[in-house]
Amino acid sequence: MSTSTLTQSLGAPVTRLDGHAKVTGAAQYAYEYPVEGVVYVFPAVSTIARGRVTAVDAAAVLSRPGVLAVLDHTNAPRLKPGVDADLMVLQSPEVSYRGQIVAGVVATSLEAARRAAEALPISYEQEPHDVLLRDDDTVYTPETVNGMLPATFEVGDPDTALAAADVLVDARYTTPAEHAMPMEPHATLAVWDEERLTLYDSNQGPFAYGQLIAALFGIDASAVEVVAEYVGGGFGSKVLPRPSAVLAVQAARVVQRPVKIAMTRQQMFSLVTYRTPTIQRVRLGADREGRLTVVVHDSLSQSSRLKEYTENSTADAKLLYAAPNIRTVSRLSRLDVPTPGFFRAPGRTPGTFALESAMDELAYELGIDPVELRLRNEPTVDPGTGLEFSSRNLAACLREGAARFGWQHRDRAPRSRRDGRWLVGTGMASATHPVYIRASTAVARAEADGTFVVRVGATDIGTGARTAMAQVAADALGVPLERLRLEIGRASLGMAALAGGSMGTASWSWAVDKACRALVDKLGAYAGAVPEGGLEARADTAEDLEKQEALSRHAYGAQFVQLRVDTDTGEIRVDRMLGVFTAGRILNPRTARSQLVGAMTMGLSMALLEIGEPDPLFGDVVNHDLAGYHYAANADVPAIEAHWLEERDDRLNPVGGKGIGELGIVGTAAAVTNAFHHATGVRVRDLPLRIESARQALRRAPGENASALVR
Amino acid sequence: MKEFSYVRAADTAQAQALVAERPDAVYLGGGTNLVDLMKLGVAEPDLVVDVSRLPLDGVEHRADGSVLIGATARNSVLAGDEGIRERFPALAQALLAGASGQLRSQATIGGNLLQRTRCGYFQDVTKPCNKREPGSGCPALEGAHRELAVLGTSDHCVAGHPSDMAVAMVALDAVAHLRSPGGTTRTVPVDQLYVPPGDTPHRETVLERGELITAVELPPPPAGAVMRYRKVRDRWSYAFALVSVAAVVDVEPDGSLAEVRIALGGVGTRPWRARAAEAALRGAEPTDSALRAAAGAEFAAARPLPGNAFKVDLATDLIRAVVRDLADQATRKDR
Repeated sequence: MSTSTLTQSLGAPVTRLDGHAKVTGAAQYAYEYPVEGVVYVFPAVSTIARGRVTAVDAAAVLSRPGVLAVLDHTNAPRLKPGVDADLMVLQSPEVSYRGQIVAGVVATSLEAARRAAEALPISYEQEPHDVLLRDDDTVYTPETVNGMLPATFEVGDPDTALAAADVLVDARYTTPAEHAMPMEPHATLAVWDEERLTLYDSNQGPFAYGQLIAALFGIDASAVEVVAEYVGGGFGSKVLPRPSAVLAVQAARVVQRPVKIAMTRQQMFSLVTYRTPTIQRVRLGADREGRLTVVVHDSLSQSSRLKEYTENSTADAKLLYAAPNIRTVSRLSRLDVPTPGFFRAPGRTPGTFALESAMDELAYELGIDPVELRLRNEPTVDPGTGLEFSSRNLAACLREGAARFGWQHRDRAPRSRRDGRWLVGTGMASATHPVYIRASTAVARAEADGTFVVRVGATDIGTGARTAMAQVAADALGVPLERLRLEIGRASLGMAALAGGSMGTASWSWAVDKACRALVDKLGAYAGAVPEGGLEARADTAEDLEKQEALSRHAYGAQFVQLRVDTDTGEIRVDRMLGVFTAGRILNPRTARSQLVGAMTMGLSMALLEIGEPDPLFGDVVNHDLAGYHYAANADVPAIEAHWLEERDDRLNPVGGKGIGELGIVGTAAAVTNAFHHATGVRVRDLPLRIESARQALRRAPGENASALVR
Repeated sequence: MKEFSYVRAADTAQAQALVAERPDAVYLGGGTNLVDLMKLGVAEPDLVVDVSRLPLDGVEHRADGSVLIGATARNSVLAGDEGIRERFPALAQALLAGASGQLRSQATIGGNLLQRTRCGYFQDVTKPCNKREPGSGCPALEGAHRELAVLGTSDHCVAGHPSDMAVAMVALDAVAHLRSPGGTTRTVPVDQLYVPPGDTPHRETVLERGELITAVELPPPPAGAVMRYRKVRDRWSYAFALVSVAAVVDVEPDGSLAEVRIALGGVGTRPWRARAAEAALRGAEPTDSALRAAAGAEFAAARPLPGNAFKVDLATDLIRAVVRDLADQATRKDR
């Protein structure tokens, strides 16, 4: 065996290894594992947004057929504080948001459990609540933001630079709450066996998940097995256990039987983390040539009373463009709402909407083409850290994207293209996402029959990670995919990164590659003949990661959008979207394209459709189902093209990929609203850009009496 | 979901006898709305009488040009019916603008007419709603009402009627055929099937206890007229109308409107026949100002709320666009 086969499988458009099992129903998801004697828990959730539970009348439902137990704050198993305040299920009578779990009914059928939970009499002492994000005197600047990064950053003298700038853009942007709605809801099947706990659970990282649950229940992490072999989407919302999982574990302990739970779609709007709404202000100063002199980005987000989660929306102001003076501030408002959290490119998605909109505004202020403006501000080192880039090809993405899109034919003047009753416009934005890598372990094993098994505590949440890792292993071992079996999706497979932060495949692949190469070396001693009982090699990338030099490692991209606006009504139709990305080595073009196109679609939804409408009266999300919460349907999604440029970056990891799960959503919304501006001449700075905003914009538009709406 | 009994009715008489004698019984058509409401606890019948398999699913094109559509015909079947597509295109367009392929294949014509509002408060049993729980209050007035009605509303309810199909039917002067449990039949124009919410928003139709819609009759379309259904919504499929317009138009040789019928969706507590607008336009030239004035006449009685006031303006623009386009089409056709 040799390493000369390395490129055999990697880079090939291998179809998903688990595709057949998934579409035929053979793949088992958390809720589907057959377990003897399983019962069901259904949560009763608070109907107030703030206050406390004064009584739960369990007796009223305990006599119902099939009902086994009612858990509430008086009798639920105790949990260890200090692990995760969101997960302190039934530990106190306090209610911190509407839809919080205040009791759980366990019954022998789902129907009986649900019916009893809905009928369970619960009394409250209600306090006035506040669920609307606004910039008021309760807002504060926390120490850190998501990722344990400082909440503020400053280089140079931004205030002086703002005062001295030739051209200034100062604009306020808002984004609403957005809710991740993976096809498979959050589901858990909890099985206690004495002091050992097995969780069949839909999550984005069984290893870390198991550790957290173990800490919460005060048991040894080795006593918890988490099985997440197939996961129907997560988008960040399945990184951390949700209260529903904790309730299932508690219930299983109480009734001493396996217990399962799957959230209803409605429950997912309060018990699942969501993307926080933001109120952002961006100030850009530049000289007449379009060179940025100062970037100031301030972002306000919300969190619950329970937990301080601060969205990191200002990161790209420190990265995308060269500017000698930069300041970023992340501020927070604590409200009577559920805790927000990670949702596909957290922070960067709302943040680049603001930053990339402001760049477009600056381009128009200066009379410089928006692509050209970005090219003029290409930094030589990371502006925020001063670090060298491991690779940075934003400029190449911008140029390639512009060429493929036909940007050169664009008339820069807004409202310059009409097609019958439609106004047509084009817009663009930059995209970037950091390369995160976390230490992982893997085991590669050669069997006597000539087959191989690779074990890694990864999970494939639908991205195609399983397939990509098999390709990595096949190449490292120098064997065809058919001779290889990959085992993933269990905590007991060992320490491994999450399927989050676009770090999964890169992190796991490193360990897989390393284990497979170690196995090849070992096999060398046997001259290729596998000993009876097989041969195994283990790898851990922790030390390799520590040895990595400090570099600015990011993926980049350029997003282009064409849309049209109906001058009769204000309806918006996106005609086409085109993204060009650089993300290191693309391990599998088929699944990679699917990730990028999917993320761009999500960005389109964000721009035009998605909003969790807070109900000021009751404190929850009014449109809490998928009839009311709109994202793009097939009819909304135009021709989408995702391309990537060849990029070899030897300073990432041995496999050479940068991670592509999130990159495609970054910047998309700004490209859409920038196109709307180009079409109509009016800037919309508040998402989503729905018809009432579009109509208001058209009314503000200058000139023309051809149509009454555009007047 | 509350436990319930289910009976698949053998014939219409049996179905009606069952529902008539039990106040807690309901008819089940395609179930695309009722079953959702049962899951949500909004509807809690003890007995569900399935009428979806009754032999009332024909689409009969009669010699006089009228059509008798059986109440259990599926939306998808009616949308695909050649005669409907040719002679009543606005109805086919409306049907296809509603829901999704799967839902249209399941939903029935009778059930579609009787579907309930999608008001978020009506569908959430943890919140007050006068329609669901008379006297409990209407949070939509102050709360979320972007999708709700501006015409026909009261201080007690602003729920909108969500149907697309019914809007086209109302423009086409469709008539519902009703049968009482005793076997008596009567006809009611679809337009008059619904009652205003007033202070009894829980009462939605003129149907008596146990009365069943057996068919919908479409009179022959006006000769020479052209028609269209246009729906504006947040996304391009699978969303309820923010505003929709069904219109039937014919023009005189001089360009004035010989025939104009307009019905609106998304803005009314029922599929809204815009008779004031029609009256203002009949015989008039469909100029921009005439159309605007006509819409103004219709919405003079509107009670917009802050979150849905945009609908008045949007409906005005949509009426203008649709009638203008149809008048152009009718003119071209006459040449």
